[in-house]
Amino acid sequence: MSKEKNEDWDIIIKPRSAFFNINLAEVWAYKDLILLMVKRDLTAIYKQTVLGPLWMFIQPLFTTAIYTFTFSTNAHLSTDNIPPILFYLMGQTFWTYFSECLNKTSNTFIANAAVFGKVYFPRLVMPFSVIISNLIKLGLQLILLTAIYLYYYFTTSELQIKTNAILLVPFCVIILGLFSLSMGIFFSSITTKYRDFTFLLSFAVQLLMFASCVVFPVSMYSEKTQALLLYNPIVTCMETIRVVLTGHGCFSMYYLCVTFIITFICLLLSVLVFNKTERSFMDTV
Amino acid sequence: MSRNVIEITNLGKQYRLGQVGTTTMADDLKRWWYNVRGKDDPFLKVGEENNREKKGTSDYVWALQDINFSIKEGEVLGIIGKNGAGKSTLLKILSRTTSPTVGEYKIKGRVASLLEVGTGFHPDLTGRENVFLNGAILGMTKTEIRRSFDEIVDFSGVERYIDTPVKRYSSGMYVRLAFAVAAHLNPEILIVDEVLAVGDQEFQDKCLGKMKDVSGQGRTVLFVSHNMAAIKSLCKRTVVLRNGKVYFDGSVSEGISKYLEAANSSSNNGLIEKHHRTINTGIVFIRNIKLDNEEFVKGNSIYFNNSITVNCEIEFLKDLSNVIFDLRIVSADGVEFMHTMNAYDNDLRDIKTGMVKTRIVLENKLQPGKYFLTFGVHLSDGATLDYLENILEINILNVTKDNQKGLIYDFKLGYVRPNAKWQIS
Repeated sequence: MSKEKNEDWDIIIKPRSAFFNINLAEVWAYKDLILLMVKRDLTAIYKQTVLGPLWMFIQPLFTTAIYTFTFSTNAHLSTDNIPPILFYLMGQTFWTYFSECLNKTSNTFIANAAVFGKVYFPRLVMPFSVIISNLIKLGLQLILLTAIYLYYYFTTSELQIKTNAILLVPFCVIILGLFSLSMGIFFSSITTKYRDFTFLLSFAVQLLMFASCVVFPVSMYSEKTQALLLYNPIVTCMETIRVVLTGHGCFSMYYLCVTFIITFICLLLSVLVFNKTERSFMDTV
Repeated sequence: MSRNVIEITNLGKQYRLGQVGTTTMADDLKRWWYNVRGKDDPFLKVGEENNREKKGTSDYVWALQDINFSIKEGEVLGIIGKNGAGKSTLLKILSRTTSPTVGEYKIKGRVASLLEVGTGFHPDLTGRENVFLNGAILGMTKTEIRRSFDEIVDFSGVERYIDTPVKRYSSGMYVRLAFAVAAHLNPEILIVDEVLAVGDQEFQDKCLGKMKDVSGQGRTVLFVSHNMAAIKSLCKRTVVLRNGKVYFDGSVSEGISKYLEAANSSSNNGLIEKHHRTINTGIVFIRNIKLDNEEFVKGNSIYFNNSITVNCEIEFLKDLSNVIFDLRIVSADGVEFMHTMNAYDNDLRDIKTGMVKTRIVLENKLQPGKYFLTFGVHLSDGATLDYLENILEINILNVTKDNQKGLIYDFKLGYVRPNAKWQIS
């Protein structure tokens, strides 16, 4: 029997792995799976529907109508001089992206337990594919938003687009995606054994919407509260997108940097937790 | 000399029994506290052998303990053992769906595991879409799948339905397609868990053939099955697991008989212990099973050509009608080749609560060698009330009763030596 050195082996599995053992190269090797998962997510949900992907547009339109009626027409909440319909549609579009990503990634382990229990592939493939498919959905919904935006752009004089800062919009979208990914995989990791947090998450997402300046601008609050709220990456992203696209809202380079750092730290920590969980979650799920 | 592609050292897996709740939380906190102080996990010291029949005292059991073996390149290894012996846990660890509690293992080469067919099949997607998805889940790239797509469809034999959602498939078609994808994986190491137990006979043969091809191409295969014939035809080496430990590691024929030995429990007084039962409903208990005293020499040995008489005492806790008693004789390599039951004589019985005695006299044409006896009590609708697999060992001697000399030909070829008239002219 020949003795091989450790370098000759492809995989060495021990009970505990190093904490900082994130194998992104492995995730990359499964890029085809990510793409197929995205395709599955996008096609499977519209099977056996007549309207198909049109539902992607119907849902934000109705929500916007209700928001406009409740918050603007009846409650007379400020929309920072942005036409209410555009304001709510914009908030709704980006918020849906965030919350969908969060909800779908937060049950990665539980929802995929059947597959994970039978086959090994890097578990991060699943949340990544969720983020990508939601990104594509967001892209499609942006068509609707652009149409409404152009209507108001040419009929009112309220909107000023900051073309030199337009790249901040995709930047914020990516931050939103990564932030929801980090929250999502963190929750999915801690709910594998103790399901308590699923209850927390189900209403926390709803409450978070009101703490994230989705249906009203941050300028509604006092200076002090604003300073606090802007530490929430979602608030900063929402406001930045508003400023760039409409010229109304609150923009601060400081908070944007803070947001970036917070997101990065959250992501790093949650990926580490996720990584630790994925090794043996099948025993506790 | 070919190198080792899998090396397993001191592998163990501990599970906690019972439900997840506040106790587990307390254990987790304790574990964490030990961990913080740099001490070893306190729960690794506790834990009992994995024997599901015995009532244990600890909340922790070792599903696998002290597993040590290695597999060479191109070797086809069969893993056998009773239900709960730890086979699936071992495969799960090797295919990385869960991690070991202690020990380590090393793997060289790409691994594909087939613990189940059709993993990740989405009911709403068509067969074609699912082939790609499933292939990717099993670790193939898109190009690889596209290259072997026609072959996959051809192998599965569901070409006509390939663009229909798989939820409309019959279960057989579903499994065929799923296995076809798996069969066209090209890993260096293939881990297979009883997937052959699905599909019709024709398809099973096809699968077995495919597995043979795979092993013929010099790839390493780990194969778990209860189908001894499949193990025998595929594998060169077996590992027998028993209560989470390696009980035997070596040649196939020896391994299979060790497995049957482990499963069987020939006790001379014939009393059946609780842990011998394979299936039991709690209504009927086979209490005692033994061979008739006059017939055997010692132990459970029977003279060649002497009839076999089995006496059985069965306790019924309920009045039952249409009861079937079922006796099988299993060869040492696991083939159930003889079967008899009262139903063949159209003699279904209505049984009252209490002890029932049955006596079965079998004409004995068995070749010399070791056999096992399986006994079961069923209802005519197919429900099994009590079932003792390989409960009694029978040893057919190579001598006859009246003539104490040995047989001229005492080698074991086939299982039965029928009365035959040879006319040679």
